[in-house]
Amino acid sequence: MAHAAHPEALAAAPHAAPGGSFFHRYLWSTDHKVIAFQYMFTGMAMALIGAFMAYVFRMQLAFPGAAVPGFGVVSPGQYNALVTNHGSIMIFWVAMPVLIAGFGNYLIPLMVGADDMVFPRLNRLSYQLFLVSALVLLASLVVQNGGFGGAWTAYPPLSANKNYNLTPLGSSLWVIAVALEFVAFLLGGINFIVTAMNARAPGMKAFDVPIVVWTIVVASILFMASVGPLMAGAVMLLFDQLAGTSFFNPFRGGDPILWQHLFWFFGHPEVYVVLLPAMGIVAEVMTVFARKKLFAYKTVIGTIIATGVLSFFVWAHHQFVAGIDPRMANVFTITTLLISVPIAEMCFVYIATLYGGSIRLTVPMLWALAFIAEFLIGGVTGIFLGASGLDVYLHDTYFVVAHFHYTFFLIAVIAVFAGITYWFPKMFGRLMNEKWGKIHFWGTIAGFNGVFIPLFFLGAAGEHRRIFDYTTIPELGRPELQALRIFATVSLLVLLAFQPIFLVNFVRSIFRGPRAEKNPWRANTLEWTAASPPPHGNWAELPQVYRGPYEYSVPGRESDYWPQDEKP
Amino acid sequence: MSAHSIATTRSATGIPTGRLAVWWVLVSEIVIFGGVLVSYVMHRLGHPEWAAEAAHTNTWAGAFNTLVLLTSSLAAVLAHQAAERGEGPKAARLLRLTVLGGAVFLTVKGFEWTHEIQAGFTLQAGGFWSYYYLAAGLHAFHVLAGMVILLWVAASAARNRHLHRVENIGIYWHFVDIVWIFLFPLLYIAK
Amino acid sequence: MLEHLVPSASSFSGDVDRLFLLIAVIVGVWFVAAEAMFFWLIFRFRAAPGQPAQYITGKEKRLKRWINWAHALVLVCDVVIIVAAVRVWVKIKQTLPPADLTVRVTGQQWAWTFTDPGPDRRLDTADDVRTTDEMHLMVGKTYHFQLVSKDVLHSFFVPAFRLKQDAVPGRVYTGWFRTERAGTYDILCAEICGMGHGVMTAKLTVAGEAEHAAWLARHAGDAALAAVDTPAPAAAPDTAGAAAHHAAMGHTQAH
Repeated sequence: MAHAAHPEALAAAPHAAPGGSFFHRYLWSTDHKVIAFQYMFTGMAMALIGAFMAYVFRMQLAFPGAAVPGFGVVSPGQYNALVTNHGSIMIFWVAMPVLIAGFGNYLIPLMVGADDMVFPRLNRLSYQLFLVSALVLLASLVVQNGGFGGAWTAYPPLSANKNYNLTPLGSSLWVIAVALEFVAFLLGGINFIVTAMNARAPGMKAFDVPIVVWTIVVASILFMASVGPLMAGAVMLLFDQLAGTSFFNPFRGGDPILWQHLFWFFGHPEVYVVLLPAMGIVAEVMTVFARKKLFAYKTVIGTIIATGVLSFFVWAHHQFVAGIDPRMANVFTITTLLISVPIAEMCFVYIATLYGGSIRLTVPMLWALAFIAEFLIGGVTGIFLGASGLDVYLHDTYFVVAHFHYTFFLIAVIAVFAGITYWFPKMFGRLMNEKWGKIHFWGTIAGFNGVFIPLFFLGAAGEHRRIFDYTTIPELGRPELQALRIFATVSLLVLLAFQPIFLVNFVRSIFRGPRAEKNPWRANTLEWTAASPPPHGNWAELPQVYRGPYEYSVPGRESDYWPQDEKP
Repeated sequence: MSAHSIATTRSATGIPTGRLAVWWVLVSEIVIFGGVLVSYVMHRLGHPEWAAEAAHTNTWAGAFNTLVLLTSSLAAVLAHQAAERGEGPKAARLLRLTVLGGAVFLTVKGFEWTHEIQAGFTLQAGGFWSYYYLAAGLHAFHVLAGMVILLWVAASAARNRHLHRVENIGIYWHFVDIVWIFLFPLLYIAK
Repeated sequence: MLEHLVPSASSFSGDVDRLFLLIAVIVGVWFVAAEAMFFWLIFRFRAAPGQPAQYITGKEKRLKRWINWAHALVLVCDVVIIVAAVRVWVKIKQTLPPADLTVRVTGQQWAWTFTDPGPDRRLDTADDVRTTDEMHLMVGKTYHFQLVSKDVLHSFFVPAFRLKQDAVPGRVYTGWFRTERAGTYDILCAEICGMGHGVMTAKLTVAGEAEHAAWLARHAGDAALAAVDTPAPAAAPDTAGAAAHHAAMGHTQAH
């Protein structure tokens, strides 16, 4: 079926007349925008829980044995459950739902000029499954014997055998929660991919599609192509836990290293699954506030795809010292260091986009620029870890923790704030307060760096991971190192203290912010041609596209932007 | 509030949306089964003694089931042809034949497993059997899910509605068939 | 740089430290250059009246050259680092110099047990000395260590040696190190192993031959315990890394 030659009139569109109860409009809706908010708000709620966990365990690290205000004394078992679930929540129940399902749901139909996703009911089901997975995860924390404490990586035999982990219920519920989350995102991914491929507005060719849509689609494809083995592994782990099998039990013919391969074959592409959408958001914000075309758009697409493909060949760098054949380690060191090439290229292109620009340092732009500046740290520290000979020392130390927070925090927090502050006017029809936005920004950045820079030093000093009290260890417990831990914890308190500023700004602006017009940022992409906020069905008349998304500052034109749907 | 969108009817790639979606579903399914099978094969290679365990599988039942699934896939192909010609009720009948094939498959499997479990070859009986039940069980789950969707599509097709879905569920069913074509030699014949 | 944070006590800790320094210098230069360029561009091209943005597609050769050269240079740096990293890796994990002595390191929930071969310097004989949470070695000797786990994954981490290896249940891993500096050092478990993971710290003492002999003599009475140690490998120890992959306990051997 070819797409229509004329813009479709929506007079007969079923969405045109929304109605029904609060339940139908906000809880049982198939509207992609409502579902997007459901994912985003669920993700933000889970982020609060995950952040609270970080607060508790960092307080324990700085002041071991002291009762943590709001929690109490932290036992070793609880400590392990806190770090395990902090990681699991932030990756599976914050980064993925907010970046992929939240922004993906909101933006894809709007940016490709469609009225909704191609499978609206499947979309609703995906969210509902996701919500169930979140509830199962939360349940796992409060059952008898406590939540699972075997790290988000859940290596057996610890995770498989209740005599070792001592949290039988928590461990199984955790696995079930993760498996359900995977199914939810497999279903959701179908919508993102097929909608972007098929439901584009007339005139929108593949290279007229905004980068953020490309990144979310490639991320969805990456997810779908990589999660399978871990789905299988999760079933195998559940069987080992509950059905007496021995897939991973070395004393009965199984192999614990098999789990590691199944996990990391997914685990490594997973980090790009969340990184790519974040970089997509950053690209959208940078082009608008530099008033510039994205430098080498097609090259960026190429690096996105190259990174995605290469990400399948690096996984065992997580297993250098795990007991794999050491010759394999050499192969993976080569692939791991080579993946730095497309990523570096992406960074260079983004930086080059600033050249010749007219840069306005609005709040979204501050977040986007901070992403790039901080990502350089995350990226270069990955090199230390990919070098096998050095990873012998740095594996499972805080150097790793610092490295991945210099990528993950940027992905799950900085890029998300860039996206929220940028698309807020479209989502809610109002403007957020710029001044408070800037205060929130600087406080967050200062706090964030204060937490994680010391961790590089601690890791370099040999501080290993997932330990609830370092002060009892002769070398690691020395006062200079404990001072770094305390500094990191205090920085976290500062970081957390600034977040209410955002929350208040966010909520107040929804109800009392100055009203926003359709296109307050003067951007080109299609979502800015819909009303703020868009109605059901997004437009009365679906748009037609005549050019690419980054035609800013075109010479000879009076206006420094040129919307994609403006007739030539 | 209706849940149909204009987006569903578009096709910028020229491929109908439903068919495109099914292919993407298959991508993820291939990786799931791929993960199970690669793990199995690697372990099988490292455990030559598993061949003795595998000798206890019922090759005749497996072969019969292969024939059953292939026949049911044929019915699905014929159903698609009928749907293309607009013959909804005929397509529905053929789809229900496909479901029958699935039911026979699952019944035979039920007998197989009952027999094996009674003989002591349970899920916990050893490495080979763990993989056997995991792989075949995952497959059987997909057969069952496929049967449910086939019936649902048949119900619409009988009223000449949504005939394009006949092809799409057919594609899924062929995939389930193909997975079995891999499982059969790996679990039954490799002895 | 690492040697300022943690002592350097093995023959390959210097190699690891030099690799760290090499990478730090290479990425440090890139990092500073990229950040400097980044901040300069923000400053230079900040919005100013009468200065519109330029229309740059990225296909312009004179601009693309910057990216292409940078790209190529990253690749060259990667190759340098890969070569350096592989050399260190091969030294630590793919070679097994002849041992002066072999010791056994056993991890379990939640303690390390060390088996010293005793005055006869042969493992699995009646005079072996077994200790929990403390390891005693002699300085200036090349050791093979056999690493085993009785239950879950643990990881034998000696920061001062720059050495780490996971202990996988069902396998025996044979690795090596050469002690170069006397002193006391931490031994840490670097793989989460349950509730007691945080208390699995052991103390390593590296001393001269005479001190070590004296220590052995004080523990001579423990010799009887050595018999109940983890079963020995059937033949020569594994080559480093080619760990066994067999089921039942006691049969742990290389392929």
